[in-house]
Amino acid sequence: MRQVKGNSENDFPSSPLCKRGGRGDFPSTGIVPAINPPPRKSPNFFKTFVILLLSFWLALFVLVPNLLVLTASLLGRDENGFINWSFGFDNYLRLFDPIYLRVFGHSLGLALLTTLICLGLGYPFAYFLAQFRASLRPVLLTLVVVPFWTNSLVRTYAIRSLLAAKGLVNNALIASGLIDEPVRLLYTRSAVLIGMVYILLPFMILPLYSAIEKLDRRLVEAAADLGAGRLRRFWHVILPLTLPGVIAGSVLVFMPALGLFFIADVLGGSRNLLVGNFLKDQFLDARDWPFGAAASIVLIGLLFLFLSAYAYSLKRFAAKDDRQAQ
Amino acid sequence: MTKLKSTYLVLIFGFLYLPMAVLVLYSFNSSKYGIRWESYTLDWYRSLANDETLVGAAFNTLLVATLAASLACVVGTLGAVGIFRYRFKGRTVLQGLLSVTLMSPDIVMAVSLLVMFIALHVKLGFFTLLLSHATFCLPFVTMTVLSRLEGFDPHLIEAAQDLGAGEWQAIRQVVLPLAMPAILAGWLLSFTLSLDDVVVSFFVTGPEFEVLPLKIYSMVRLGVKPEVNALASLLFAVSLLLVSVAQCLLQRKG
Repeated sequence: MRQVKGNSENDFPSSPLCKRGGRGDFPSTGIVPAINPPPRKSPNFFKTFVILLLSFWLALFVLVPNLLVLTASLLGRDENGFINWSFGFDNYLRLFDPIYLRVFGHSLGLALLTTLICLGLGYPFAYFLAQFRASLRPVLLTLVVVPFWTNSLVRTYAIRSLLAAKGLVNNALIASGLIDEPVRLLYTRSAVLIGMVYILLPFMILPLYSAIEKLDRRLVEAAADLGAGRLRRFWHVILPLTLPGVIAGSVLVFMPALGLFFIADVLGGSRNLLVGNFLKDQFLDARDWPFGAAASIVLIGLLFLFLSAYAYSLKRFAAKDDRQAQ
Repeated sequence: MTKLKSTYLVLIFGFLYLPMAVLVLYSFNSSKYGIRWESYTLDWYRSLANDETLVGAAFNTLLVATLAASLACVVGTLGAVGIFRYRFKGRTVLQGLLSVTLMSPDIVMAVSLLVMFIALHVKLGFFTLLLSHATFCLPFVTMTVLSRLEGFDPHLIEAAQDLGAGEWQAIRQVVLPLAMPAILAGWLLSFTLSLDDVVVSFFVTGPEFEVLPLKIYSMVRLGVKPEVNALASLLFAVSLLLVSVAQCLLQRKG
């Protein structure tokens, strides 16, 4: 029988998840640092050096570039392709043109749908995986991690050859007698959706798994002893306790789903535009930088909005728990 | 474990692996088009090796991945030690910036870096690619190292200093060895991230400096060629190898 809790470090060596330390765990490691080391008063050269090094790097390659984009978004376009110094919010107003609104709406809808499907597929998967025989779990987890590491363009290409008119899926459908002629699977909205789910599913599973793995089974058993049925146990105990994993996974799926333009390019043709495709066109083809910059800023704004909504829901959950505990 | 649960696991694994398996299989198929299996061949791999621009792009990719991973590891590890070890003004801002870098979608980072490089009149190519890759790898290294550092006893450093070690000596002889598995994992992670990147490279590299993912991208858009199957299979094999190496490293030292 499986040990209730205890040395989860030992029965699951952190090995296959070199990435888990990074991407998967970021809500616990990245946003809220856990330990406050004792303060050191005596200044020294090493301290100054490491702090300056990191600060310079982040300022030069993160802060300044984003400020430049923000500035560019407020300027006008020059005939020669770059910018002129006319200040205003015209670029943002232009985004409200129905053509562009449709692109954003379509992209957001697709990202949302991708996130929900990944969550629906990934949650039971991570849950069953966490219940699996401890001796086999590291191997299975490695199997989830490998696609996570694999070049996503390569994987998109693999999906493309399956969905092609003479691909495996069509042939299987014909052989099984469901259809007589090949159906068009490529260059549809569904193809892009399938591609997104295929690429991003591991990004959902890994944070979910690490949250579910930490779940204290005794709490679930206690709920069962108190008479809670399956659904109530899930809704009131399991889900709230694994919510950080749900959130982390959703962020990791939703954000790339807005930007991965090559998935739409390779699977969807030109009709299924994503925000990513739009940005690529504005910056590299149409050369309307201020307009593209405005879209980029809106994208950043959206992401911050989603993040704060997540943070808020987390906090509310915590507050509710406290009240119930009192 | 009921049968239903196992079946579900198998189905999802099938979804994740079937496309790649088919791809690898067909990279050995001598038929140029379509699904039909003719016979086993290595022709596509041979024609890859004879394609000089592809070999050049592969070399460029490995060069950038190696250097970017190393650069990110140096800056990221030192930064993680700094954040772990010291309180200073702007510490929260630094951590915030790291989180933003970690979470911002590739396309947003790509756009902002392109705008900056153009504004500074830097020629797009090797250096812009290297710096960009090091930048998106940096937060992964810092977070990986930081989460390992947070796992061990801060008194160890005090003990070293009570025994007479200076600040640098304590870090070099106590902190860095303890963090080593995380640093190595961070390096492998960064290497793969760099190898994997399409979006950022697409924006910040110039026409003279071609990398493999972009080569594949243009090949795929021009139409399916059996050589692409072989190339994709090779990249897949490299990823597999890296995962296994990372796993061995961590199991031995972790």
